Formats: sequence, structure tokens, C-alpha cells
Amino acid sequence: MQIDGQEVGASEGMTLLEAAKGAGIEIPTLCHHEKLEPYGGCRLCIVEVGEPDRAKLVVSCVYPAAEGLVVRTRSEKIDRIRKMILELQLAHAPDAFALQALAKEYGADPDRFEKEASFCIHCGLCVRYCAEVKGKHAVGFIDRGTRKEISFIPEIAAQACWNCKECFELCPTEALQAAYVLTESLFSAAPPFEAETNP
Amino acid sequence: MSRIHSPAELEAYRQELLSLRDPDKPCITLCSGSACHATGSHEVAASLVAELDKQGLTDQVDIRRTGCHGFCERGPIIVIHPEEICYFQITAEDVPEIISETIRNKTVIERLLYDDPATNEKIVNESKIPFYENQERIVFGLNSSVDPKNIDDYLAIGGYAALSKALSSMRPEEVLEQVKQSNLRGRGGGGFPAGRKWEGSRDDPEPVKYVIVNADEGDPGAYMDRSLLEGNPHAILEGLALGAYAIGAHEGYVYVRQEYPLAVENLNRAIEKAEEYGFLGKDILGSGFDFVVKVHKGAGAFVCGESTALMTAIEGRVGEPRPKYIRSNIKGLWEKPSVLNNVETWANVPLIINKGADWFTQIGTEGSKGTKIFSLVGKIVNTGLVEVPMGTSLRDIIFKIGGGIPGGRKFKAVQTGGPSGGCIPEDLLDLPVGFDELTQAGSMMGSGGMIVMDEDTCMVDVARYFIEFLTDESCGKCVPCREGLRQMLKILTNITEGRGKPGDIELLEALSETAIEGALCALGKSAPNPFLSTLRYFRDEYEAHIAHGRCPALSCKELISFYIDPSKCKACMVCARKCPADAIIGGKNKVHIVDQDKCTKCGTCFEACPPRFGAVTKLSGEPVPAPVAEDERTIRKRK
Repeated sequence: MQIDGQEVGASEGMTLLEAAKGAGIEIPTLCHHEKLEPYGGCRLCIVEVGEPDRAKLVVSCVYPAAEGLVVRTRSEKIDRIRKMILELQLAHAPDAFALQALAKEYGADPDRFEKEASFCIHCGLCVRYCAEVKGKHAVGFIDRGTRKEISFIPEIAAQACWNCKECFELCPTEALQAAYVLTESLFSAAPPFEAETNP
Repeated sequence: MSRIHSPAELEAYRQELLSLRDPDKPCITLCSGSACHATGSHEVAASLVAELDKQGLTDQVDIRRTGCHGFCERGPIIVIHPEEICYFQITAEDVPEIISETIRNKTVIERLLYDDPATNEKIVNESKIPFYENQERIVFGLNSSVDPKNIDDYLAIGGYAALSKALSSMRPEEVLEQVKQSNLRGRGGGGFPAGRKWEGSRDDPEPVKYVIVNADEGDPGAYMDRSLLEGNPHAILEGLALGAYAIGAHEGYVYVRQEYPLAVENLNRAIEKAEEYGFLGKDILGSGFDFVVKVHKGAGAFVCGESTALMTAIEGRVGEPRPKYIRSNIKGLWEKPSVLNNVETWANVPLIINKGADWFTQIGTEGSKGTKIFSLVGKIVNTGLVEVPMGTSLRDIIFKIGGGIPGGRKFKAVQTGGPSGGCIPEDLLDLPVGFDELTQAGSMMGSGGMIVMDEDTCMVDVARYFIEFLTDESCGKCVPCREGLRQMLKILTNITEGRGKPGDIELLEALSETAIEGALCALGKSAPNPFLSTLRYFRDEYEAHIAHGRCPALSCKELISFYIDPSKCKACMVCARKCPADAIIGGKNKVHIVDQDKCTKCGTCFEACPPRFGAVTKLSGEPVPAPVAEDERTIRKRK
């Protein structure tokens, strides 16, 4: 297949993102991790597939590589959408280095939207890593839509987290955020249930 | 009841049922759908039973509590057969008179009849009422002949004959072929051809396949799937069994909202009865075909109506859409080929198999075959569920069937297709309703919601309302939907509250593009539609809000003021007495004045002012005139 005019080989089951990476072509992403199932959440890795006049936009972290595909990783439209996605994310995590670097590249205005600093951009890396790699499910999402947030489950976190903390460094915005949410959940954990000992 | 083992036994049983039913025996059908239930059909039913007993007529009259008849505006509804006398807005108090006059003496009670507002004539027969006369109720009409709790009612009208026919005389490919030839398109949203969807699953080599009913109807104001499921659950089960036979599935699911308790109840009972009779389970009608149906109750997320989210939810996980680029008819539920169709789509299948694809394709337009049930709500005289052939114009639906706009107001727009649909303005009223026609007009068929709006509706506020709904219902997984909608809602709220800025429209358009191109699922990709379609047809309203702080529909609270015209006020005190905020300075023979600081803009004074005075007015985009000086407030009666 062809990515940005370059002939690229890919094996069965590879995604466009993996194929591009193998060929040294960089596609930005905030929610992809090689050890984890594709999530398709941040939508930053969007690329164009097909001839320019009939191109469709797909996210490369999920779209399967296939013979004969013609892929473009940059175009006016792709850049415009990536810029908007970054601006939306910067409203939540204005100080994240990863976002700032990408914002420079795509000319994203960090002040386009009113700040609502929650730090978390819902990439789900911590949640998925804990579930898929560690098998612990100590951190999860709660609620939905604009109210969605990450939360450690105190009962599990108290056992599993202190000696692990591997999710901290995955966080693309602010590792301290995960630490804070974890600590808060541990402090607010209810005392162990003691039904049997009470008369 | 013992199990039915063959098509011949089914037919014999049907004949037996019919022979026991005297077509001349009076039968009172009472609509017991959710809408009529809410207006008291339960009490009417109890009263019918008690009154027949009291008058000694219990054995001579049948009572059938059916599903929704559709004319919900006028419920509870009673139709008395065989004369087909139709009474509306029945209360328990009307029942003794109905029994003694209409049942016993065969006289029609004038006051309970439909009074046609156009001609002022009383109409006796249900089918002569314009609301029904202009419909073609091939799917929904069956509701009124069936007690959904009684499988024999469904069998008496030919129920399960299509399944029987298919299992005994058609190969699965032939069933599929009929559905393909019928060009039945999905009634749930996208309008994808059902036959092609089925064929993809059928052709997949994976042996385990599923068929699923999408009964997660969640569009505001839409309740056609609910009423079908409540009123005629066997039709949906029969359609599902036919689909399963066609594609080679042996297990089916119904994903139904648990907010639909009557639908869940009737559905569970229908499954139980169908299993008992042998229309579901092992070796159906002696054909060797096995098929079971399970019910999955949804926990109340709009996004679960999206196909992949629905399947994820059935699997027991958080109902979020899957990011995969593979159709669920190839890899769906538990990664197996799964055919998901909506309630109404499945309900059409038995009709197609019974009467043939050629019959079905005679109804509708080139691209959209058959009929469609619409939920006609909003500013409309005849609120209810209507079924019309595809290709019927919006004007016919809204004015001929719906009876137009109440209160002498002017039509402004109709919102179709649910939150992901769009608003269609007056100059497109002659648009024939079809999948492609609605899409071209910037809206969509969706599942058939139709919200009618009059001139008092602010289109910016309508967009804001739907975007708010979608913001609340977004699963939050992808950025363009979660964050894009959050910002769109903020901007739209600002505009309706007078804080709009130049550039807002362009920013909303840019956010819309990001959602359309970048969002993960169909919900996110179509989420900007309420904004885009209102902008397309009502851009001037956006501009008036932003540039002049004026709401042309005089609807946005923050942008309007209530003002009493001193030359019209007759000092009648009605508004002042009714004002809940004590914001009207009244007084005998004194021109009333609205205290703008106290006014909560509830509109009570506007409603209360007698129309012959019309003194209370709404102002927007202009300053409120200074109150009349105290010494000029006294009204001198002219001789």
C-alpha cells in the first residue's frame, strides 16, 4: 500500500497506524498504546484513505491495512480537524506537554475555548492498561458524556496500586492527576466491613 | 393449549378460533396503549366489566383491550364492532350510557363521537375520521384488532401464517430473496436495505449467527416502536423468526428499554405463549428449525440505540460504540454475524412473506417502499401515531391527518428524524416523505419522529435543546462528540441568552465538521444536524440573536420583555392577579405596568390578558418604553 506517496508493506491484521510507524511515518495520537486494544477515542490519528476526490476520513489506529490502499496522513482537512481536536483538549489540559507540542505543530490556539481544567482528556490509557495488561480494573470511567471522569475503585486500589503506579507515566496530560485521584480515593475509602464482629 | 406441530394444525386451529367467534357479536375494543392508559383506559376497562355484569350482558358482549390505535390526542378510545362506532375521550362515567344506549338499544351517543373541526360534523365510523381515513395502516392498523396479551387474537387475524408458509414451503434463500426484492429499508435510522444486511450475514461462513430487535427507541417525542411492541408483540417475534430462518440464526435478542414496562411485559408474555404454542423453541411447526428469543432490558442510554453500542451492552459491557471498521452483520454480537433491525422493520417482514414482495413494492416511492409510522407530536391538533405510504407529503401528514396547528398559529417547521435529524421549513412542506428525500433536505427519516413547530418556536433554541439532549446522551468516548458537543451547547446557550458573538456561527460550523468527519459513531457524526439544518433554513434567526439580541419568535426568555401597552390596557386586573411574581403594578382604573425588575418572564400575563384587549405584548431587541407617569395612569371611560 501507499502512505504519503511512499510504498509501505504491512502484514495481516496490522492497522494503518502500525504500518505507518513501521515505515517511519509519524501519525499523532493520544490514546494509542501498543500493548492495548485500539480504542479510537482521541481521533487525532485521523487520515485520508482513497483517491483525493473520493477520499474518506478514518482513524488509523483502528483501520486495517490492506493491499493497494492509498493513504494520506496530512491534508488541509486533516490538519484542520486535528487542530480543532487539540484546541478542544487544551481547554481541559492546558499545561500538558504532549498537547502543547502538537498544538505548535498544528497551529492550535490554546485559548480558543474557555478553560475548564480537569486535566483528564479521557484517553483511557490508565483505565485500559490496568484492565488489559494488569488485569486489576483498579481504575475505571464513571458516568458518561461530558460528565465522564476517571476514578480509582478504593477497594481494589488499596490492594493493587501502591506498588504498581505504572499508569502514572502513561498519562499524556499530567501524571500527578492520576496520583491525586488515586490518593483521594484511598483516603475516602470506607473502613473495612465488620459485620461479623459486632454483637 | 397444546403445542402446534405443523402448518396444517395451525390452520385447523385458526379455523376453529374463527368458528367460535361470531362476527355479529358486539365487541368493544378499548385502546390500552401507554397514552390511553395515562388518560384512564384502565378505569374505563374496569367500568366496562362491572357495567356489563350489572346489566347482565357479560356473555353477550366481548371486550378486547388492544394496543395503541394511534389517535392519542383523543384517548381513551373505544370502537364498538361490528358497527365500528368510535367514541373518544371516554371516562368511566360514560360507560353505563354506552352499554345501555349503544350496546343494548343500538343508538349512537352523539356527544362521544368525533366532531370534525373542519366541517363541524359528527363522524360515527372510525375509518371515516380524517385522521384515519388518510392513513394506510398496514402494520400499525393490526394493533386495533389484537389483544396483545392473547396470542389467539393474533392467530385469528392470520398470525404466524407467514412463518408457517416460510418453514413449510420456502427455502431460507427464498425468504431472503423476497425481503431483498421488497427493498425493505431499515426503519430505525439509516434506511439501509434489510435484505442486503441479511445477505451479508447469511453468506458469512461462521455457523453461529444472531438476529436482534432494536427496541431502544429514545428520540424525544417518538413512541411508534413502543406502541408496536406493546400492541402487537407477536408480529415482531414472527418477523424475527423469519429473519432467523433466512440467515440461519437460532438465537435472537430483543433489546428493549426498561422505561417501557408495558412493552417488556407484553413481549415476555408473547415469547412465553409463542414457546407454548411452538412458534419459538425447538422444531418449530415440525420443520426442524430451532429458534429462541431472549429479552435484554436496556438501562437507559440513548447511545445504546447505536448498533455496536447495543451489541456491546447485550454482551454485558458498558454500552459504548465499537471503533471497528467492520459491519456488525459480519462481526457483531460476540463477534458473530448479527442482523440488527428496528421494531418496525421486523414487523413488516411477515406482511412481505405473506403477501409477497410485489405487493409491498406497489406501496411507496421508487427509493422507499412500503409505509412508515410517524409519531406526530408538538404543535399539532391531532397528536398521535400515523402510518402513511412512503412518498406522502409532509403537508398531507401535518394538515390532512394531523389537523394542522392549534390555536390559529402559523406552521414554522417540522423536526424529523429525532435528535440527529433536522428541521424542515414551510416551503418544503410538499416534500414527499422518503429516506433519500429527507436526507437531501438536511434531515433524515430516523425512526419516524415528527415534531411540529409553530411560529412561536425559536429555531436557535430548538437547536440548543437537541444539542443539550445529545450532550447529555453522548457516551463520552471520542473527543469530537464529547468535547465538540460541550462547546456547541455553550455557544448555543450563549446565543439564546443574548451573549452571542460575531464568529459564533463559523465556530459552530467548524465544530460540526469535526464531529461529522471525526466522531466515532453515527450518534456523534450526526449530532450537529439540529444546528446545521436550522442554520440552513433559519440563518436570519441566528443572526438576529447574535447581532441585535433579538429573538424573532419572541421565545428566548433572556431576550424578551413583557410590556403592557397603555393605550390598550383596560385595567381589568386579570394579569395582576395572576402574576406569580407580583410584578404587575395594577390598581382600579389605572393602567397596569410590568415591573421589569421583578418580572420572571413566565408569560402568565400574556396568556391572561383577554384577547379583546391584547394589551400585554412581548418585545425583543428593543428597549421597553418607560412606564406611564403616575398621574397619567388613570383611565377615563369615554362616553
